[in-house]
Amino acid sequence: MKPSDFPVSIENLKVELGGVSVLDIPCFCLGEKEVVSLIGPNGSGKSTLLLVVNCLLKPLSGKICFRGTEIISREDIFRYRRKISMVFQEPLLFDTTVFNNVASGLKIRGVSGKETKDRVTNYLKLFSIEHLANRSARKLSGGEAQRTSLARAFAIQPEIIFLDEPFSALDPPTRHALTDDLEKIVRDTGTSAVMVTHDQSEALKMSDRIVVMNNGRIVQTGMPSEVMNSPVNEFVANFVGMDTILEGQVVRNIEGLMHISVSRQEIEAVGDWQADDKVFCCIRPENVTIETFDPGARTSSRNVFPAIILDIDSMGPFLKLTLDCGFSLMSYVTREAFADLGLYEGKKVFASFKATSVHVIPRSV
Amino acid sequence: MDLIIDGIIKAFKLLIALDPEVLGITWLSLKVSGTATLISVFIGISLGMVIALTNFPGKKFVISVVNTGMGLPPVVVGLFVTVFLWRNGPFGFLDILYTPTAIIAAQAVIATPIVMGISIAALQNLPAKMRLQILSLGATRLQMVWILLREARLPLMAAVMAGFGGVISEVGASIMVGGNILDYTRVLTTATVMETSKGDFDIAFALSIILLILMFVVNYFFTLIQQRERPR
Repeated sequence: MKPSDFPVSIENLKVELGGVSVLDIPCFCLGEKEVVSLIGPNGSGKSTLLLVVNCLLKPLSGKICFRGTEIISREDIFRYRRKISMVFQEPLLFDTTVFNNVASGLKIRGVSGKETKDRVTNYLKLFSIEHLANRSARKLSGGEAQRTSLARAFAIQPEIIFLDEPFSALDPPTRHALTDDLEKIVRDTGTSAVMVTHDQSEALKMSDRIVVMNNGRIVQTGMPSEVMNSPVNEFVANFVGMDTILEGQVVRNIEGLMHISVSRQEIEAVGDWQADDKVFCCIRPENVTIETFDPGARTSSRNVFPAIILDIDSMGPFLKLTLDCGFSLMSYVTREAFADLGLYEGKKVFASFKATSVHVIPRSV
Repeated sequence: MDLIIDGIIKAFKLLIALDPEVLGITWLSLKVSGTATLISVFIGISLGMVIALTNFPGKKFVISVVNTGMGLPPVVVGLFVTVFLWRNGPFGFLDILYTPTAIIAAQAVIATPIVMGISIAALQNLPAKMRLQILSLGATRLQMVWILLREARLPLMAAVMAGFGGVISEVGASIMVGGNILDYTRVLTTATVMETSKGDFDIAFALSIILLILMFVVNYFFTLIQQRERPR
């Protein structure tokens, strides 16, 4: 791909605050019509990256290019800003009506009155807030305010939209409804988007690619399934909800089937690590099956361990079990299965998971 | 008690009769304080904007100085302006001491820190990210400034009202740099002081009532601007 194929690309970007490096990104490109989610803990530099890419914060060094052309002068920045749009965590609405708020970007651009009216009406409709057009922005609920903010950002029909945790202040039902609408509008309008989020389900649902950040650096980039199922290190594994992360050492590897010693037990997993390699075994709780009798040969799972239920936690529709199989293992069961199996704390069960469900990553110490 | 009631009755008679001398004094007060407020709004809001929106070393010190200036005693201002405009003072060549221009200058000095101090607070009270949001909507610097001023219009109008209120009611500086010259530099407050000291309470009452009505009318007008177009 040529650099000009990317709506926005950055190279060797460094940002320091008070002499401390807060951002160090060798390379990042956003593809045409691509939706990228930036995830990472607080202070990992996600929002800073967004500000820099918006030319709202000057980097110490590095290049930001819009369709292959570097943005250098104030005129470049100005032209670039007129093609992009940003939505912040807070709606930051102006003290006027919803209609005028959505129209503000168009008024700034000197769009004619009639076109402004048509476009605003259209975007109010898209975000289902047309009934609020004449209401004061000060009198909106959190969800309505964020819808107005999104409509304002989309009304200028940007080539790229940047979203900085737009839903984090909203309650779950409002957030879900708004995520659905936003995803549809982003896809329908073919807008390239970069979204900072805390919420993995949001990232999984909306994005073509997930970028995991930590300490101002990109730790992993990949398709959502790739990042969720094959985290590159312990940090990402932890962050994407691999609840079971076990320290182990490869005992042997026979044609890609590894035996890994974990707390005097052996786990079988698929991979290329060789004997004596130090590794982490990551297992998603949803991939662990619980039965009350030894499944023996009837299961295709290569890993079956007798276990004792140490703890039961409610996770909404699921229950999360903490198991002791000689090592600590997490498992999700539905409330229905929980009742059918007659589970309780202290009960002896059998936990099984497939060799392919174990994600192995290298360990340095 | 009779003194007060008699005074008020005579005051209303004077008002209804539209005494030309009283009308002249009222008009001059409005003109002088209005001009001074206009100047202070121009300087106070633009400088206040710069102070509020930029970061520089000693910013807190500058803001404290401005805030102290909000309580500048008019007699102190009167003294300094008099000295500056005195025949052999630094601005003596202007030859404007004991003219309405001198009163405007002194009142502008009084009102500017008031307008500036409230403007700084008003603009700093806007969300810090508001500026970024406006820029990211594609605004030029000028458009950004305009939108910020509009966002802060309520407290900014309060700044204008406070500035006007501060100068229309002050007497110390006006009497010192204006001299209370009949038909030339006599304003409502200086006239009130003089009539009271003469014992002509009825005229003093009339002037005071006019002053209060004037302040109410002007502030009512400002309030209408401040509160208009507030969507429900």
